[in-house]
Amino acid sequence: MQKLTDAEEEILESLWIEIKENKKIPDLKIIKDEPALQGLISKNFLKLDSKDLLTSTGLKEAELCVRRHRLSERLLADLFALKDPLLHEAGCKFEHGLHHGLEDSVCTLLGHPKKCPHGLAIPAGECCRRFEKTPQRLIVSLKELDPGDIGKISYVNTHDSQILNRLISMGILPGSQIKLLHRFPSYVFEISNSSFAIDSDLAENIHVLLLNKKAPADKKHK
Amino acid sequence: MSKEKKIAIVGSPNVGKSSIFNNLSGRYATVSNYPGTTVELFNSHIHIKNYQCQLIDTPGMYSFLPLSEEEAIARRILLDDKPDVVIHVAAAKDLDRSLPLTLQLIEASLNVILVVNIMDEASKQGMVIDIDKLRSSLGIAVIPTVSIRGSGIKELKGEILRALEKKDTLKAAGSLNLDYPLIIKDEIDSLTKALSKNYRLSKKLISTLLLQSDPEIKKIVKRKEESKDFEKINNLIEEAKEKSAQPIEYIINMALKEKSTQVISQAVKEKKKSKSSTANFFEMLTLKPIFAIPLLILFLYFGIYKLVGEFGSGTCVDFLESVVFEGYINPFFIAIFDKLTNIELIKSLFVGEYGIITLGFRYAVAIVLPIVGIFFFVFSFAEDTGYLPRVGAMMDRLFKKIGLSGRAVIPMVLGLGCDTMATMVVRILPSKRERIIATFLLSLSIPCSAQLGVIMSVLSKRGHVVFIWFFTIMIVFSFTGFLLNKVLKGRRPSFNIELPPLRLPRMNNIFRKTYIRLKWYFKEVLPLFIWASILIWVGQLTKIFDLIVSGLNLPLKVIGLPKDLSDVFLFGFFRRDYGAAGLYDLEKQGLLTTREILVAAVVLTLFLPCIAQLLINIKERGIKMAITISAFILVFSFSVGFVLNKVLLVAGMQ
Repeated sequence: MQKLTDAEEEILESLWIEIKENKKIPDLKIIKDEPALQGLISKNFLKLDSKDLLTSTGLKEAELCVRRHRLSERLLADLFALKDPLLHEAGCKFEHGLHHGLEDSVCTLLGHPKKCPHGLAIPAGECCRRFEKTPQRLIVSLKELDPGDIGKISYVNTHDSQILNRLISMGILPGSQIKLLHRFPSYVFEISNSSFAIDSDLAENIHVLLLNKKAPADKKHK
Repeated sequence: MSKEKKIAIVGSPNVGKSSIFNNLSGRYATVSNYPGTTVELFNSHIHIKNYQCQLIDTPGMYSFLPLSEEEAIARRILLDDKPDVVIHVAAAKDLDRSLPLTLQLIEASLNVILVVNIMDEASKQGMVIDIDKLRSSLGIAVIPTVSIRGSGIKELKGEILRALEKKDTLKAAGSLNLDYPLIIKDEIDSLTKALSKNYRLSKKLISTLLLQSDPEIKKIVKRKEESKDFEKINNLIEEAKEKSAQPIEYIINMALKEKSTQVISQAVKEKKKSKSSTANFFEMLTLKPIFAIPLLILFLYFGIYKLVGEFGSGTCVDFLESVVFEGYINPFFIAIFDKLTNIELIKSLFVGEYGIITLGFRYAVAIVLPIVGIFFFVFSFAEDTGYLPRVGAMMDRLFKKIGLSGRAVIPMVLGLGCDTMATMVVRILPSKRERIIATFLLSLSIPCSAQLGVIMSVLSKRGHVVFIWFFTIMIVFSFTGFLLNKVLKGRRPSFNIELPPLRLPRMNNIFRKTYIRLKWYFKEVLPLFIWASILIWVGQLTKIFDLIVSGLNLPLKVIGLPKDLSDVFLFGFFRRDYGAAGLYDLEKQGLLTTREILVAAVVLTLFLPCIAQLLINIKERGIKMAITISAFILVFSFSVGFVLNKVLLVAGMQ
């Protein structure tokens, strides 16, 4: 497969959004002299005279472009707590580096997210379909652990400094090991020799890298 | 000797700060309120060699960034008083959690001594702490202690002396260079440079606090700096925040944690030891709902109903009342006053129906003391075993429905002992909204132990009606809470609480806590009892009371109660239990029907908070809120009484 330029990827991305999400066929006549457009046509991704514009290979590639863009945004927002407009800008640059299966690794790391930070759907990739069959996630919120599971805190998903300081005061910082003891009626966990109870709102903010899944035999209740 | 030196003891709660304080101060401690607040500070003036020192025990603080009013005050002491020596007390087994604060204290260029307390517990857990390593990597004096047994105190005193003399003190200030990540290092540096005035704490620490959006520090900086400089500082902060992808609070705390982990890894050897099976068993008993809820009911039944209710307000009160007071004390004083004077007026002031001795003193000693004393004992027991926070974890979901979090269990249960004290403890709730709801519910529907005891002993003589009383109060409690949660604006409460390990408490600790609480209670209450007696005496003499009492006749009649109860209601305002005790007297004389007792008991439980609680409501929540709460309760309690009376009449109860 020929390598696409960044500009070509951007065009595919916008076309996919227009066609698939906005259900419109845009008029490309006015920009038909754009080199990127010409490039896409020559690579057989685009046919100006066809009524769908994109060929089937083009459509597939375009979907991957959108996926990469939204995954980058998710990654930057969750892990580096980036906000708009920086988020969008950085996302646009970042996405072009996510090739050769890297996007699936990112997707797996993030736990196969369904939506980008702006609330738009992230097209599912091969890894997501595999994941549907074998539920195994790497990074999950504390809420999704079972009693006995051990994880390493990877990030806290909040910008509320009140909540942040409260979590910090319990020693909840990236890198710390955490063990969930109870889920109901409160979430009880152990972190460096101390135990705490928190409610589900707080637990939802804490994202951990699952280290040690308790043997499935012990959790019949699920 | 020159000026008095200041020594402040800081550290997170439950690390033995107070016992270090007691060990250093001997027994001469005074309690004072921090100016403008009700947060109590323990103070003691001591001599160390020929230095005159003031020793201050600060409220618990976890970090330099305060999350509660108490933490804010602990910090203010460091900020405003600039103590000559700061003793940071940490629990040996949780050293890793305390070290970040030690690092911040060092960075503040305070003269810090780290006390690693409760060493015995740590070594029991298989921890080996290399004190010399800690000393060299932190660059400050470190003293291991077991403060409860007094070991290490002599060495601590020696170290304090050395710190005061500034001789061999390991130079603390600035010797420890905390490495902040590059992303914010420059920001901290340029902020430190931009701060042109002199602060009591190091500029570097002030800068890191500014970057963590600390409102109080920002205010101080704004006040001190020229407006032009402050603007520049403010811009630097905003820039730094914008530039950083992660919240800065995070980056700074990560750096602190990294440094302390590094120190710990060199100085502490820890054997991984799993919890014993008994510990796990009790853990499960208190945290799994199917066991924990029956356990809670058992605790309330035996702890509150059996011990406080039956034993305290039954057995003990009966004994003190009928044997001690009616048999000896009252006749003794009546005889004395008969001999002393012929003037009826004076006799009635001291030994009359509402006399200072025969009513005020008797109520305080014979009725209130045993009930409240036993309650405080039970409460201290639950507190020291580590059970209470677990009840909080259990109740959190239910409490959310009434706009509170599991944390509110502590003031609510304490309210069953003394609502006034509980209203002060409401301070531990993090948001204003929660504090209002909790204060409201305490004022309205939580009977204090004295009242509870008396009401139970009155009602239990009439069989099952105690359950009607209980359910009515529960309905009022839930309904009001639910309503407040709907009406009051503000965000949902969030809940987090530390669960200390369950342990068998030390009896002498429980007795000490009970004693301190009782002492506080009596200091607060006995004068009020006596004043109430005097006021009633004056009120009766001048016929003002007759006026108020006759004014109460009408509303009482509306809710189906005889007018004999009017003065009971009036007294109820002086002390919750005062009213209930009046009810007790009337019931003994056989003047009331079951229905009347039940309605009166319900209305008295809900009725206006006592004077002491009203004063604390004003102090803690402001006069407007206190009046709003009281006005609502006045109307609401009588309405509930009215409805209950009608229902009981329809049900055919006489």
